[in-house]
Amino acid sequence: MVTAAPILMDTPSSASAKSSADKPTARPLTASVPSAAAPAGETLVDISNLDFFYNATQALHDINLKIEAKKVTAFIGPSGCGKSTLLRCLNRMNDLIDGTRVARGTIKIHGVDIYQSDVDVIELRKRVGMVFQKSNPFPKSIYENITFGLRLQGMNDKAKLDEIVEKSLRGAALWDEVKDRLDASGLGLSGGQQQRLCIARAIAVEPEVILMDEPCSALDPVATAKVEELIQELRSRFTIIIVTHNMQQAARCSDKTAFFYIGKLIEFADTRDIFTKPANAQTEAYVSGRFG
Amino acid sequence: MNASAAHLFQSQPNAARRSERATFWLFRAATYLVLACGLGVFGTIFFKGAGTVFKAEAPFINTTFFTEAPESLYVFEYEGKKLEMGDREFRAFKEKNPAAANVKSESYVYSAGGIFPCIVGTVLLVVGSMTIALVLGVCAAIYLNEYARDGLFIRFVRLAILNLAGVPSIVFGLFGFGMFVIYFGWNVSLLAGWFTLAFMVLPVVITASEESLKAVPKGFREGSLALGATKWQTIRKNVVPYALPGILTSSILGIARVAGETAPIMFTAAYVVRDKLPWDVAKAGDFFFQGVMALPYHIYVVSAKIPQNDYTERVQYGTAFVFLLVVALIAASSIILRNKLRSRYKW
Repeated sequence: MVTAAPILMDTPSSASAKSSADKPTARPLTASVPSAAAPAGETLVDISNLDFFYNATQALHDINLKIEAKKVTAFIGPSGCGKSTLLRCLNRMNDLIDGTRVARGTIKIHGVDIYQSDVDVIELRKRVGMVFQKSNPFPKSIYENITFGLRLQGMNDKAKLDEIVEKSLRGAALWDEVKDRLDASGLGLSGGQQQRLCIARAIAVEPEVILMDEPCSALDPVATAKVEELIQELRSRFTIIIVTHNMQQAARCSDKTAFFYIGKLIEFADTRDIFTKPANAQTEAYVSGRFG
Repeated sequence: MNASAAHLFQSQPNAARRSERATFWLFRAATYLVLACGLGVFGTIFFKGAGTVFKAEAPFINTTFFTEAPESLYVFEYEGKKLEMGDREFRAFKEKNPAAANVKSESYVYSAGGIFPCIVGTVLLVVGSMTIALVLGVCAAIYLNEYARDGLFIRFVRLAILNLAGVPSIVFGLFGFGMFVIYFGWNVSLLAGWFTLAFMVLPVVITASEESLKAVPKGFREGSLALGATKWQTIRKNVVPYALPGILTSSILGIARVAGETAPIMFTAAYVVRDKLPWDVAKAGDFFFQGVMALPYHIYVVSAKIPQNDYTERVQYGTAFVFLLVVALIAASSIILRNKLRSRYKW
């Protein structure tokens, strides 16, 4: 992992994302990703002894978790168990909330502790994309939604952008539905389409990891099925971590499942094992529907 | 079953019903009273001012009133007829008719001519001060809402802004006089008036801008940040454009206030009378350092500083009418701008 270590570092070229975005000759955005990509099954995200606080309230207790590359990992557990908090630690979205801190432990991606002081959060978030619970397309055209992240990185080549828009929309199984109205507002789409647009927007910048925070909680069963199908297609290219309230969803679309309860990781194993022969009594009670 | 027999849902007069009706009428009366006051004010200005602003023959608008500077009105009797003339007209008349040279006339100051310099002055004051107020106010609101962490200092800043909103406008006038006119040595000038008025509306602009920024959904920010945007990129591309319509709405209220305030400009920017128009300057830099005439101050001068009579009343109401018109026009153009932005950045 020595060679991969500098990728999240605060290098001069990325010290100020603003300046790099304004320069037309910004680094090619995908060039460094393949070289750093971990092969399937290898540990990509390594969380060890993590304690996390909202002010004085401890939200996560001593979490130890190794997430494998190119796999779908599901976080399940009742509300308030810390699964979303942990997810938002992985791209440091919790930094936006006042009074949050990692009190102990590390989160390493490619062996780099993402909470060490010289990490550029902007570089981190380019590699660790996120899809939110409430679909949040920008009130711009579908095309502009997809190209938003690319333009931030200074890409202005129309032909290249067109190509990536098509590729991303196809990747998100949305191309056929929107190809004739790329200039229409993203807000005009249905709820399920909006969420897939957000997924397309996330994959357009070619992250390695996609974090999904209850992506289907506001969708009807048909739209949910489409998103789940999409997750199956994306697993070969991305490492996906999905938080879900829906145990069937975790069972259907994940390889590994982590069960959280009151800020603690209770059990982490292959999804099949979690749902058929959980090692822990609490896990069994939860997955069999006795609480939660 | 006879006719008077009550059915199951028969309404009964009772206390709850009576108080319901009374409350309804109370609210309705309050609303109508406000309406009546508004109509009273606007109606008086309209009917009394219309005589000055419009005239019976084509082109039906008193163009002199809109395009000339104020002059004195001379009223005199000549060959049995009672005549009214402005200063320049009267002089020309005397040259043409030597017999009129020594005619006895009464003069009424500012009651003839027009108010063009005042219109120009007010428009310049509004545009300049709103520009300053919006730039400063929006920047401050962005800092307060997007960057600053809530703490003792920020609470103190907010308290200061709140208090600033309660300061009487005459105090702003004194502040502007001391700060800009004397200390900075700008004299009575557009620049001094701009900053004084801008500081006066800043609290309104900051508070409203903050509200508009708060109304932009969190998802726009998170979505942008999660794609690797910096905070400033997020604010610039995904927050401020969507807050702009709201910010402009609030600034429309600010426009009315800035245009109408007399106290802050009477020491800092307004002249009772000035012959030169603002663009009549030797070099471009002088533009900012000249005083101007302004509509509200002109209303004050013609209503309170000169002897009152029927002739001055015309110009008083005429000026008030035009003043309302100018404010309405400036406000209308910002509403149009806002609606354009709104349809462009719809969410």
